[in-house]
Amino acid sequence: MEINLIEPFWLAVIGTSLFAFLLKITGHSVPKKWLSNPRILKINSLIPIALLSALVAVQSFTQESRIVADQRMAGVGVAVLALILRAPFPVVVISAAATSAALFHIG
Amino acid sequence: MSINPNRNQVDRTALSVAFTVGLYGAAFGAAGVTAGFSILQTCLLSILLFSGASQFAVVGIMGAGGSAVSAIATATLLGFRNALYGLQMAPILKVKGLKRILAAQITIDESTGVALSQEHLGVKAARQGFWLTGIGVFIFWNIFTLAGALGAQAMGNPAAWGLDAAVPAAFLGLLWPRLINKTDRLLALAACALALAMTPYFVPGIPIISTALLALIFGLRAKIWK
Repeated sequence: MEINLIEPFWLAVIGTSLFAFLLKITGHSVPKKWLSNPRILKINSLIPIALLSALVAVQSFTQESRIVADQRMAGVGVAVLALILRAPFPVVVISAAATSAALFHIG
Repeated sequence: MSINPNRNQVDRTALSVAFTVGLYGAAFGAAGVTAGFSILQTCLLSILLFSGASQFAVVGIMGAGGSAVSAIATATLLGFRNALYGLQMAPILKVKGLKRILAAQITIDESTGVALSQEHLGVKAARQGFWLTGIGVFIFWNIFTLAGALGAQAMGNPAAWGLDAAVPAAFLGLLWPRLINKTDRLLALAACALALAMTPYFVPGIPIISTALLALIFGLRAKIWK
């Protein structure tokens, strides 16, 4: 099926927003017992861990379908250190950015 | 006029959560523009999609060259928990019509979290916590998204400012509090390994969404306490 009728970035914006709202309103509208199976709740709590971890890995170590190690790796390494030291969110992000930017300019 | 200390406590909690979380919006705004979304599209994601992890996933996948379909599928999997939050909130809020639609849109991690943490103070406090946190996050999140998007556009090359590392660092910030026990950490490492191993052989987006299968396997094997 051809779906080039709509530009992919717009399709992503509209599609994700639509499904996100459908999920939210479904939760407010169906009987509680429908989705409260403990096994489903457990899997649901694990899904964000898997997907967010995969996103971190792909964004830190890949470029155009290749595995690479560059300044981003050092930046994310500093972020991990900041998180271990219980730094607040802005510190985590800014320290990662500063590290990566510094190496980008040196390299 | 009487002073209600419970209400003050709820207000304080809600507003401090709303402001702190709103700051993440700047990271999202910058990530959206860096990934190739326009400022308008980035802001619309914060208004319409309005769910942090899903938003970061969409821009992460599209930015890596993934298809809209894999971005939609990944964001939807991440949004499933909002449906579960709705189940918990509906009996507390008891709203219908337009108010239910508004409540649904602001049903996210933070509004549900604050509401349930105030439940011991009574149903009124829980409702107050939900609405104030939800609306507060919505306002701050959108203001900071715009600021981050404008800032990133003014910067030019994202790598020169370290934005290419700031985005995965922001993901890590979302992920970190969820890594509570050994299973969580093992799953996180396995997901990293699987996604990287698949990257050279599959189109972008597929390696990420495939790790949902790991969550399924870990979830089916996990012990369940009632």
